[in-house]
Order: sequence, then structure tokens, then C-alpha cells
Amino acid sequence: MSGSSMWDAIGGIVRRDLLLAMRRRSDAAMSVFFLVIVASLFPLGVGPEPAVLRIIGPGVLWVAALLACLLSLSRVFTADYLDGVLEQMVLIPQPLAVLVVGKVLAHWVISGLPVVLLSPLLGLQFGLDGEPLGVLVLSLLLGTPTLSMIGAIGAALVLGVRGSGLLVALLVLPLYVPVLIFGAGAVTSSMAGIGGEANLSLLGACLVLSLFLAPWATAAAIRIALE
Amino acid sequence: MNVEPGTLLAVVGENGSGKTSLLRIFSSLLPPEGGSVLWDGQDIHQLKELYSGQLTYLGHLNGIKDDLTPLENLISAMSLAGEPCSSNGAKEALEAIGLKRPIHQLPSKVLSQGQKRRVALARLWLSSRPLWLLDEPFTSLDAASTNVVTKRLLAHLQRGGLAVLVTHQEIALPTEMVHRLRLTG
Repeated sequence: MSGSSMWDAIGGIVRRDLLLAMRRRSDAAMSVFFLVIVASLFPLGVGPEPAVLRIIGPGVLWVAALLACLLSLSRVFTADYLDGVLEQMVLIPQPLAVLVVGKVLAHWVISGLPVVLLSPLLGLQFGLDGEPLGVLVLSLLLGTPTLSMIGAIGAALVLGVRGSGLLVALLVLPLYVPVLIFGAGAVTSSMAGIGGEANLSLLGACLVLSLFLAPWATAAAIRIALE
Repeated sequence: MNVEPGTLLAVVGENGSGKTSLLRIFSSLLPPEGGSVLWDGQDIHQLKELYSGQLTYLGHLNGIKDDLTPLENLISAMSLAGEPCSSNGAKEALEAIGLKRPIHQLPSKVLSQGQKRRVALARLWLSSRPLWLLDEPFTSLDAASTNVVTKRLLAHLQRGGLAVLVTHQEIALPTEMVHRLRLTG
């Protein structure tokens, strides 16, 4: 297996999934739409007190981003599983983990990247500015790929199961908790003036760990689902 | 049991006798409960990707995306399989199996079952893999398309390829090329 053909395979999968997302824009836009709604409703519900909004802001935005990711998880493999494309993907002359990286990358570009790009705007709604706003974007940039990676394991485990949406949430939420704590914690500590570096480093560690382990775990889960 | 280059193994049997399972075992999707499948003398579960690089598998699901056009489906399937093809090559393959140009640009969800099956089978015109594993390839095909696919199979076998077919139908190929395996429930 040469390195270039591996990248070709990943690129091919990402291109195909992005093309499919373009054909079904409403599906793809759902998680971003969800994030915007949640983040806009909180100031209305809690009240316009800037001090309160600044305190709850990081947590609310991170929880909304996490739930937005969860919402789109069941779509990562299900369609491919039902129409037989997943079968074909398992039989490509590349390790299955490579394919998983491509699928997760596409999922992140469709549902994670828009969240990162929108977060400065949503942060402003909660009175975040300056360094904390930058830390928020950075924490989401490190955290959302981790969420996609971990989520892929859950999505693959529940393939072919009825009521998989709820089950995948139960499976991956415990694994999402550390990411949520470090992510929201980074912004909070940056607001408190002690800098978010420690939490950001932990987020980075989570990302590296999930990049290393999740593709293999997901590949194993897909093989079991297809037996 | 051996399948030699240039021959076709036709797996026949009643519904539920395990024909599709056997094909999935041959494709390495399903690990066998006993025994082993060897390719060139080596176990396929040890060869892994090297074995995947030798085969074209078409299951009873077509592997077609409803939102993509037949042309996009074929091109992305071939590039996934590691045998990228040009847009012109894909068009010729679709025409070879009787899908005319205007159909190439329609979303696949408006195609009939037979047309979808033909989009899936068009991969055979672009595949240079020695081993073809086909699960009921003639399902929902009309007589003319069945003929075209059979001719393509013959060309593949004459080139020294081998094929395993799960089918209910008689295959119009020279008898010395076809071995039959009858499974009983």
C-alpha cells in the first residue's frame, strides 16, 4: 500500500460525502441550525443580564456544539449501510481504518467546521470578547474533531439497530464528558485571567488519542455490523 | 473445492440454503465458521487488503447512492475501489450496458430497479480485477441486458479471469467453463 493511494482513498471519500451533503443541504444544515437556535434562545430565556450571560456562555455554547454533533452522528454510516455502499467500502484495497478517517473527516467538515466558524458570532451574543472568544474558537477547533472521532465509534456500533439515535447518545455521552469539561473549562479559565492553555493542551491530547484509537475501534465495529 | 482461472463457479440452491453467505465468505466480509478460503494458496484473512485488490464484489444491494447520478455513482465507486476511471470511460461503460446518455445525468432515485442494477453492473466494464463475485447479477435485468452481461462474463473468463456467481438462472456460457455447486438447506 503506497501512501499516495491512501490519501487518494481518503480524498475520494471526503469528496463523495461532501457532494452528497450538497445534494441534501437541509440534512447537512440541521446541526448548525440547531446550534444557532439553542445559542439564541438561551439569552432570551435567561434574561439579558450581561454578567449572567458571560458566566453561562462557555458552557451553553459547548453543550450546544456537543448536542449538534450528536444529532448528526446517526447519519455517518447509516445511509451507506442501507444501500450497500459500506459493503463496497470494506472491500477496498485499503485498511478499513483509512476509510473511517475519511468518513469522520467529511462528517467534521459538514457538521463540526461550521460550528467552529460560527462560534465567534455566537460568543458575542453571550458577551464574550477578546481572549476568551479566541480560546472558545480554539477549544472548539480542537474539540469538535474529537467529538466526531468518538462519535464514529458509537455510530458504527449501533448500525442496523432500531432506535439507534438514543442508543448512540447513551454510548458516546460518557466519552464526550471530558471533552466538554476541558472545552468549557478552557474558556472559563481564560475569562478568569489564568489562561486556557492547560485545558487546551488536554483537549489536544484527547484529539490525538481519539485520532489514534477511534479509527481502529470504528473499523472493528463496522466489520461486526456487516457480518 | 478449486476455482481455476478461466472458469466460473455457479452457486445454485434453494432460497435460504446459504448461497449469499457463501459468497460473503468468499469476499472476506464474513469469516467462515470452519475451513478456510485460499487465494493463490494463502488465507484471504491474512492477505486482507491484498486480497481486496484482486476482487470485484457485487452483493444483492446495488451500492448506489440515490442522490448521485449514475455517472457520479460509477466514478466514485471505481475511485473507491482503487481503479479510478475517466468520465469518458464511465460513460462508455454505462452505454455498454444499455444506459443511454440522457440517463447518465438523472439522479439515481428516479431509475427503475433494472436500471439501478445496470449502473451497479457497469463496474464490470471498468474492472481489471481477476476475481468477480456476483450475487444474483441478473435480477431485474431484461433479456437483452442479461445477454450483454453474459458476453462480458465470457470475455472476462477468456482473459483468464475467474468468477463466482450466485444465480437462479441458466448461464449461457460454454459448459466447460461453468462448474456448478448445488447447496442444500
